[in-house]
Amino acid sequence: MEITAIFYLLPALLMFCAGVYGFITRRNMIAILISLELMLNAVDVFFVVFNRYLHPAQLEGMFFTLFAIAIAAAETALAIAIIINIFRATKNVDVRGLNEMKF
Amino acid sequence: MIFDNILIYFVVIPLLMLGGLALCRNIKQIRAVAVVGSLALLALSVVLLVQYLEIRAGGNEEPMLFVDSWTWFAPLNINLSVGVDGISVAMLLLSAVIVLAGSFASWTIAQPKAFFLWLILLSTGVFGFFISIDLFTMFMFYEVALIPMYLLIGVWGSGNKNYSAMKLTLMLMGGSAFLMLGLIGIYYNSTGVDGGHTWNILEIVKYSDISTGWQYFLFPMTFVGFGVLGAMFPFHTWSPDGHASAPTAVSMLHAGVLMKLGGYGCFRVAIYLMPQAAHDLSIIFLILTGISVVYGAFSACVQTDLKYINAYSSVSHCGLVLFAILMLNSTAMTGAIMQMLSHGLMTALFFALIGMIYGRTHTRDIRQMGGLMKIMPYLAVCYVIAGFASLGLPGLSGFVAEMTIFVGSFEAGMQNYLSGAGSTRLVFTIIACCSIVITAVYILRVVGKLLLGPVQDKHHLELTDATWWERVATIMLIVAVAGIGCFPNFFNNLINTTFTEKIFAVLGMN
Amino acid sequence: MDATLPLLILVIPLAMFLLLGLFGNKMSHPLAGTLGTLGMGTTLVLAYTVAFTYFFSGDPSFVAENGDRLQHVVFDQTWLAFTKNLVIKLGFLLDPISAMMLVVITTISFMVHLYSMGYMRDHHGVYEHGFQRFYAFLSLFSFSMLGLVVATNIFQMYIFWELVGASSYLLIGFYYTKPSAVSASKKAFIVTRFADLGFLIGILVLSFYSQTFNFVEFTSAAVSGVADTYQVSVGTSEGIRNIFETAAAPTFMGASVLTWALVLIFMGGMGKSAMMPLHIWLPDAMEGPTPVSALIHAATMVVAGVYLVARLFPLYLMETAALDIITVVGAITAFYAAMVACAQVDIKRVLAFSTISQIAFMMVSLGVARPEFHHGLGYMASMFHLFTHAMFKALLFLGAGALIHAIGSNDYTEMHGLRKHMPITHWTFLIGCLAIAGIIPFSGFFSKDEILSSCLGNSTFVYIWMSAVAALTAFYMFRLYYLIFWWKEHETPEGHHAPHDQPWTMSLPLVILAVVSCVAGFIPFGNFVSWNGQPYDFMAHFDWGVATVSLIVAVLAIAFATVMYRKENPLPAKFKNAMPALWRWCHNRFYWDELYIFITHKIIFGLVCKPIAWFDRHIIDGSMDAMASVTNKASEEIKPLQSGQIQLYVWVYLIGALLLGGITAICIL
Repeated sequence: MEITAIFYLLPALLMFCAGVYGFITRRNMIAILISLELMLNAVDVFFVVFNRYLHPAQLEGMFFTLFAIAIAAAETALAIAIIINIFRATKNVDVRGLNEMKF
Repeated sequence: MIFDNILIYFVVIPLLMLGGLALCRNIKQIRAVAVVGSLALLALSVVLLVQYLEIRAGGNEEPMLFVDSWTWFAPLNINLSVGVDGISVAMLLLSAVIVLAGSFASWTIAQPKAFFLWLILLSTGVFGFFISIDLFTMFMFYEVALIPMYLLIGVWGSGNKNYSAMKLTLMLMGGSAFLMLGLIGIYYNSTGVDGGHTWNILEIVKYSDISTGWQYFLFPMTFVGFGVLGAMFPFHTWSPDGHASAPTAVSMLHAGVLMKLGGYGCFRVAIYLMPQAAHDLSIIFLILTGISVVYGAFSACVQTDLKYINAYSSVSHCGLVLFAILMLNSTAMTGAIMQMLSHGLMTALFFALIGMIYGRTHTRDIRQMGGLMKIMPYLAVCYVIAGFASLGLPGLSGFVAEMTIFVGSFEAGMQNYLSGAGSTRLVFTIIACCSIVITAVYILRVVGKLLLGPVQDKHHLELTDATWWERVATIMLIVAVAGIGCFPNFFNNLINTTFTEKIFAVLGMN
Repeated sequence: MDATLPLLILVIPLAMFLLLGLFGNKMSHPLAGTLGTLGMGTTLVLAYTVAFTYFFSGDPSFVAENGDRLQHVVFDQTWLAFTKNLVIKLGFLLDPISAMMLVVITTISFMVHLYSMGYMRDHHGVYEHGFQRFYAFLSLFSFSMLGLVVATNIFQMYIFWELVGASSYLLIGFYYTKPSAVSASKKAFIVTRFADLGFLIGILVLSFYSQTFNFVEFTSAAVSGVADTYQVSVGTSEGIRNIFETAAAPTFMGASVLTWALVLIFMGGMGKSAMMPLHIWLPDAMEGPTPVSALIHAATMVVAGVYLVARLFPLYLMETAALDIITVVGAITAFYAAMVACAQVDIKRVLAFSTISQIAFMMVSLGVARPEFHHGLGYMASMFHLFTHAMFKALLFLGAGALIHAIGSNDYTEMHGLRKHMPITHWTFLIGCLAIAGIIPFSGFFSKDEILSSCLGNSTFVYIWMSAVAALTAFYMFRLYYLIFWWKEHETPEGHHAPHDQPWTMSLPLVILAVVSCVAGFIPFGNFVSWNGQPYDFMAHFDWGVATVSLIVAVLAIAFATVMYRKENPLPAKFKNAMPALWRWCHNRFYWDELYIFITHKIIFGLVCKPIAWFDRHIIDGSMDAMASVTNKASEEIKPLQSGQIQLYVWVYLIGALLLGGITAICIL
């Protein structure tokens, strides 16, 4: 059996949907962040796979993924810093309680 | 060279004043900058007046003098174009007088630096508006004049100031929206000297031929847009609240100059550029403004707050301005401009005096005051003079303006009537004439209750009369009011230079 | 004529006004008073010179070769040019009536200036508060009134017409801390302003058709027009176009436009001259200081309406319908005011109503005047009566002022029996009463007789009616006289001085005016004043029959007053009780004031102003606020969407993305 793109794309899609589901339903900000990471990684997989199967001669997808991973790392660090600060200030990481800045 | 043109200094001096104010450290320096700058503006407008008259006396029949233009944004043909005719010269003079008087009237304002910054920015807009003949620049200066109003009322105002500031700004911005639409419409229907679109008023008049259909759409847009600022019924309700909350100098500038932008714009843009629509549609607006005149006067009769009384009287008097402009008759139009001058000066005087009285008694309710003539005779006498000017006593400015309007309107009305074009103009002229009686009623009511009669409140007996800077402000305005009232023909001739045969040929009317 | 003197006549009072108004407070009281009086004295001399020159110099610019008196414009300066033709000029017109008015105004004004030096201080010689202001206003008034009478065009007249109204307002409200004075001044101004509205519209109509404001053009054009109608010879008809042909032709509501214009202009005159129904301000105007009442509200300003009609008289002759209206209004007013005067207790009010009645006499006289009857005798009579009335009414008012000054009250029930204490006032007042009653040889006899014969020439009914008014006049004046000077005097309370005659500054004007009232009747007035400038012999038109009848009527009325009021007796009370309703109505001035208060307060304020103010605040402003609150409400409604919950946003985003994707997919497929 030949390993086609679908074998990579399907798990990545599942991972993305899990990320979306988690993003919407989770209340803990850490959990939301994890879900976000899931989605990001799923998209990274898409990039790599499409690059490999559609334009094997080029490497833009690969580089893009590498950039995304790097940025995601920085972003996660920033997000965690914010979450820690919020936790220090409010003793709370539940997003539903954090609506001071609405409107 | 841009600085060769005298007109540009009307914008440069206020900008320099802004810079000077930014450097000021204490109240004395601020006052010095404000007074010196305003005096410079006044001197400049007098110089302009003299030069203008000289050039006209030399037989120059051009519609505008000192015309100049500097490109600003070429792709849309936006220029800084300047030029003046008799009306603009008169308006610049009026603005300079009122700005100077306003500076004296806000001698002891709180947070003077910020206050004067906004006030001068506002006057920049005003002066810029009167010298512009480019619709876009004109509109820009118009907005520059409006926005500071919000802060000036919201921060330095009194009473229900947030509400009033918001209401005033929103209603005027609403007017601006119509105006903007109208101006853009004019731009895209215009043909300039080079065949492309143009914002330049002179070019539009000379080369463009806006189709009647478009005129029917654009005329109401621009007329209502400017009419809101000119307190046209039923878009006048920002005026009572706005004036009531505004600090003294802002009321003075607003009623004295800003409301004049409305009348001036209605003439310069709506009627001047779209004479056909003005001719055909004027009857609708004539009815509205005719209603304004008596409606404002009747409303003023039962108000108890001094500023409301004057705000409603402004509705009545400014209604007369628009009313006369719509008569499309050179006498009535001259009268309209005279009325703008006259109303600007006397309302500024009124608001200055009200501010001074309020500063002493801390109330503007006429039921709580009385017999001020005995306590502060100077202010009271000035108030009586302002009142007489308002009710049209000969020798003061109100009379000449109103009479010119009535004579012109009556002529237009009779001509219409005799030519079988309906009697609306005639009937509304007679209705407008009735305002001289109603004005007398509310002015004398205030004078009787506020100034005459026994002293109402014993605490008022300790109050003092005017200080020297208050005297300077009031004397200046009174001299101007009496000047127009005693030598009207000078102003009449100045304004008349605008209404040359040429323009009425453009308007297609007598 | 050189323009200097006429110009000075106007400039001096104006300069005095500015001087006293601006710097009066820095001057001492006597200085201010003296300056004002001297200024007026100079004006008096100048005015007399000008009038004398006009009447007697025989200069060809004043008198035509055939002896007609001409209208001469001394100077005429453009003030405001509305259009090419309609130009307001400020000028100086000399003609018989303006020269006569110059004399009247400056004489009375000077007397009042002099008199006020004594009147405006109390018994201890302390000057009243605002003494300088009083003189400033008097000067302003004199300036305005002089400007009015010498107006060369109708708009100049309107300008000064407004100015006299304003100075009258300022002087009535001189005691500004007194609420009654304040409301009286307000009432006077507003009522006359209302009348001026008619005047203004009349001017607009007239000037639209004639394309001129100029009196000389009006009258010469009209005179030539009238000359054709009446087949009389006129002096000044040299080929001036008849500018009124156009105005006389079109009609509006059944009357020609010219009639409408003239009636509207007359409305202005009704306001100033206190004709019914616009008379209500004059009695209240008595709240002002008494010298002011003498000057403004008896002798000069209130006759401005008569002067206006006289000025435009040739025009009125073209439309006799307007003259008939004037006659009717005048006749009703004369009778009404005389009735009311019989039932007043305030001495100044009696004089005020008597003034209204006498002015109405002048109006009637103009109304009945026609060129075919004794060369327009009524016109001459009206001006003659204006002249004599100014003198004797000023005398009466100044006398009344002396009484009020001495007693400290306007109510004559508090006076009684003053003839021994105040002999000068008594004798001069008696002369004034005899003059107004029309007893030979005092001045009122002659002028009133002219009016009555002129009435007879027009309609017998008017003649009888006006004779009745004349009888009433004699009656109420002598009622007043007896109640003040006869009866038993009140006892002077301990510690008070008995009332006594006043200082010379007050007595001198009384004596001078009394002398004038005695001799003014012998002035050959017809030599000076006639409707078309043609002098004629006054005595030739004197109707001795009418004179005898009116003399008998006056004597009878005085005899009746003597019987009733010479001594305290029950007769007046009996009459009062016999006709209680009539007395009550007369005493309350036929409830005109109440009617006006009802109209102004209940209808104008209650049913017009208040609803409009309410409408503005609640409907117009309410709709603006409603727009704002609708925007606010809408934003409140959609605000929760912006909850700050990122998960909600993702939901919305997801649904939106899916929907869009679905729609796109459907479209593609």
